[in-house]
Amino acid sequence: MNPGLLAAEWTKIRSVRSTVWSLIAFVVVAIGFSTLVAAVINNNWDQPGNHPNHVTLVTDPTGLIFGAGFGIGQLAIGVLGVLVISSEYSTGAIRSSLLAVPRRLPMLAAKAIVFAAIDLVCSAITVFAVFFITTSILSSHVTITLGQPGVTRACLGAILYLTVLGLFALAIGGLIRHMIGAIATVVGLILVVPPLITLIPGTIANHIHGYLPTVAGSLIGQTAQQPADVLSPWQGFGVFCLWTAVLLGLCGYLLVRRDA
Amino acid sequence: MAEAAGRIEVRDLTKRYGDKTAVDHLSFAVEPGVVTGFLGPNGAGKSTTMRLITGLDRPNGGAATIGGRAYDELAKPLTVVGALLEARSLHPGRSARNHLLFLAQTQGIPAKRVDEVLDLVGLREVAGKRAGGFSLGMTQRLGIAAAMLGDPRVLLLDEPSNGLDPEGIRWVRNFMRQLASEGRTIFVSSHLMSEMAVTADHLVVIGRGRLIADSSTQEFIQRSSERSVLVRSPDRVRLRELITSEGGTVQDAVGADGDGGDGDGAGMVVTGLAAPRIGELAASAGLVLHELTPRLASLEEAFMELTADSVEYGDRSPR
Repeated sequence: MNPGLLAAEWTKIRSVRSTVWSLIAFVVVAIGFSTLVAAVINNNWDQPGNHPNHVTLVTDPTGLIFGAGFGIGQLAIGVLGVLVISSEYSTGAIRSSLLAVPRRLPMLAAKAIVFAAIDLVCSAITVFAVFFITTSILSSHVTITLGQPGVTRACLGAILYLTVLGLFALAIGGLIRHMIGAIATVVGLILVVPPLITLIPGTIANHIHGYLPTVAGSLIGQTAQQPADVLSPWQGFGVFCLWTAVLLGLCGYLLVRRDA
Repeated sequence: MAEAAGRIEVRDLTKRYGDKTAVDHLSFAVEPGVVTGFLGPNGAGKSTTMRLITGLDRPNGGAATIGGRAYDELAKPLTVVGALLEARSLHPGRSARNHLLFLAQTQGIPAKRVDEVLDLVGLREVAGKRAGGFSLGMTQRLGIAAAMLGDPRVLLLDEPSNGLDPEGIRWVRNFMRQLASEGRTIFVSSHLMSEMAVTADHLVVIGRGRLIADSSTQEFIQRSSERSVLVRSPDRVRLRELITSEGGTVQDAVGADGDGGDGDGAGMVVTGLAAPRIGELAASAGLVLHELTPRLASLEEAFMELTADSVEYGDRSPR
């Protein structure tokens, strides 16, 4: 990999406001919502309806801590992943990019590497910020530490999930090219498709649901496998990586074949 | 060897979009050291050909090479070929400097070169501003800056004077001449014959994706300008017979000159016979001539005539 291509992709990402703001939105929303949820649980600790949360905080603390904030925050990552590539098509900048890198694949690889690195750093900051803020809010009622079984893996897993999610969205952005269509597809795959599948009765639907990219991928952010889960956390993450690898491969194949 | 390095060669290039053939078995070569004009009506396939040469679009057949190599075989393409294609080939949210900077980084070009090309096109003061706020002329100049970034020996310019004011157009023209005199290959497209007549040394003319002419500008002008002669005479009926019998074609002139009170009418336009021959004919028959004026069709007319059959939208009959 030519290091100049990495520098170029870094310049592209940092020099456009929409990408910078999407990242800020992700960090703020994820930390904000998780903090809010933790504060509400803490303040209503003795309310009768809060019991299920107490149970979850023991069986799957990170699932609860990350749940709300990352459920929303991941949309910003999805949108950003789409933006970093489809905005090149919608603006025409892709022509300049491909004139400079006519073999095309090195550009896609550099873009994926740089974006994944940015995504990884922002996710790491966010995940650990959320973890330490929320656990300290809840500390008078329940003690959650990185030393407990599965907790460190879940934190690292949440970072990995968000990083791969960015690449997953980038691949869809590169495949669909059209910004709005690609964003709708990513948001649909994250928010709309999984609950729709669960409406179908029967175990087959349950298995389909379990293998959906973001459903499988987000398992790794849980402290422990839940009874309804079809896959283990690492299996789920593997499935998600496979989805992403296939889509990225297809994206690269079509990038080389199609007219720019 | 240095000559061949900047030579563009297009061989049997064909590109279809769906069932529409944009470029149809096109072959020509562009030599270094001169400005080569790429001329054709809108929709003739000029931009498509440029996109095929630079590898943005994939041809259905044939190939284009620069110095014997396909564009995507060039390790640092911007240092060999500078291309100004569609003006809006940039992210409107990115500043001019950052647009040029990322391009420079892909080629390992030092960042100080970015400021050099910004100076070259006179955009230094607005370098930090979002390119989306630029006028078409400024955007065009930014495109030229991007094309010059790698100090390339080959330049492909698609309608570079689009959106430029007269001063800008002159600047581009002189700029291209200067670059050509340095031995670079300049391939510039236009749909305006008049613009190319003063800019280009050589012309490649296409229509409907096919080659119409490939010659020096002078040759092209001479060959394609149809000669006609305006003749005014009081003996128009006899003169007409004489000319026709010698193989000339006579049409009544249309125009405001009208009858000058001399009984000549609006005169006659003769084609297929040169002015001296018409004079000789008249003299031998003892006919009086009031006017004998050779006329050249304007370049624009010549070009229109040449490409008349190939205009995309000209002859679509409604069903």
